[in-house]
Amino acid sequence: MCGIVGLFLKDSALEPQLGAMLTDMLVTMTDRGPDSAGIAIYGDDDGANTKLTVQSDQPDAAFADLDKTLSQALGAPVTLERRDTHAVLRLPRDKEMDAVRILRDAGEVRLMSAGSTLEIYKEVGLPKDVAARFDIASMAGTHGIGHTRMATESAVTTLGAHPFNTGADQCLVHNGSLSNHNSLRRKLQRMGVHIETQNDTEVGAAYLTWRMQNGASLGEALESALDDLDGFFTFVVGTKDGFGVVRDPIACKPAVMAETDQYVAFGSEYRALVNLPGIDEARVWEPEPATVYFWKHSDPQVPTGKAA
Amino acid sequence: MQTIDLGTTALRELNASLHAQAADTNQTAWEIVNPRGSHAVAVGLDAPIEVYVKGSTGYYTAGMNKQATVHVHGSAGPGVAENMISGTVIVDGDASQYAGATGHGGTLVIKGNASSRCGISMKGIDIVVHGNVGHMSAFMAQSGNLVVCGDAGEALGDSIYEARLFVRGSVKSLGADCIEKEMRPEHLEILRDLLERGGCDARPEEFRRYGSARQLYNFNIDNAY
Repeated sequence: MCGIVGLFLKDSALEPQLGAMLTDMLVTMTDRGPDSAGIAIYGDDDGANTKLTVQSDQPDAAFADLDKTLSQALGAPVTLERRDTHAVLRLPRDKEMDAVRILRDAGEVRLMSAGSTLEIYKEVGLPKDVAARFDIASMAGTHGIGHTRMATESAVTTLGAHPFNTGADQCLVHNGSLSNHNSLRRKLQRMGVHIETQNDTEVGAAYLTWRMQNGASLGEALESALDDLDGFFTFVVGTKDGFGVVRDPIACKPAVMAETDQYVAFGSEYRALVNLPGIDEARVWEPEPATVYFWKHSDPQVPTGKAA
Repeated sequence: MQTIDLGTTALRELNASLHAQAADTNQTAWEIVNPRGSHAVAVGLDAPIEVYVKGSTGYYTAGMNKQATVHVHGSAGPGVAENMISGTVIVDGDASQYAGATGHGGTLVIKGNASSRCGISMKGIDIVVHGNVGHMSAFMAQSGNLVVCGDAGEALGDSIYEARLFVRGSVKSLGADCIEKEMRPEHLEILRDLLERGGCDARPEEFRRYGSARQLYNFNIDNAY
């Protein structure tokens, strides 16, 4: 079991409340996954900088001079904004590749996400405690995805928590269990894909990243995941501009969606959606098995399709 | 009518109140407000009472029902009316996976669509769905009737033992050992009664009947490894 929530806003008036709405939805799903929790939130884009979200188990030491040392190494301005065990580094977009390499080589912090708007926060613990540590409720944004984990396939650790970063401004959460993750991990690693843990979902995320690096759109990558991933999954994905859902053909992992003029929402259960504004008048439905759903801010009126 | 607000009353307290009703209770009508997707609403009832749930529910609504009529004025989550013995469960909206699973008797009416595995392992229940049903519906069905006024998804009636399946619309595919069967006058009569009980205005003549080819569950040496 696991719990997934997602919220894609169409009405910008709700953006200041995104973090609070997602937190409420996430905490409702606590009984589906009390082991760890995480949230991916798509916030502001300043037009010039990349955001790298990093994590450390010793944040006091790791974050103390991180912005200064990284700035010196890059020869460019770097700012650091700390939230508990995580910090968001902002640096010029053309320095992103160098910064990722320097941080990976130093090994002091773990990279949670990279992108112009995406930030990922995740830790071990109850959803309400994790959300409070990062003060998710205070965050604004255009869309976001949350996950509460009941671990089955690998250890309860920060890196085993969801969401997973699958590329610039892209993330994935998963309810289910993949049964061919070991063989797929070996195949992907032989092709040079970086995979850190024994977690099944990380392999699913790495698979999508690999497909997209080889020219697939997110929609195409999700379609091919239906063929190449064996096991149970309900995936919810986020991109800079969009929000998608796909379930395996058996579809035993629950999913319910709601749409109004103001938002598209996803919950593992209807309970997660009941506090959303206008839910009683919303169109509520269960997403079909083996069908890719996708919404984009640039074209929010098209509810489904092979887009992305 | 008794009204119980799930916003202020604990679920166990609600179900305990409903369980306390005997066959000769005077409190025959109950209204449950603010279900807000709660699980296990009105489960295990065993009295001839009527329960109106004003809103959508979560898992296992009206599970293990005997005698009672439970009417959900909204949609129901997975496993609605699971293992029903007798009575009636009505869902005004949609039902999620495995609606009516393993039901031994009684009537389940879904006025919207039912998703996957509707009537899985049904053992005598009658299920009437006004809309469509998802894949693997009536999987391993043993007895009873499933009426689908819309379309059926993939693998309808897979590994079916005995049960009558009536579908008005299209069937995406039939599961192993499920075949179309002749609609004889006695089936039209059974279906007419089911449609009336389910509040459907469809005509029995518009439906096709499916059932077991009886090739899979009898021992056959050609099926052995």
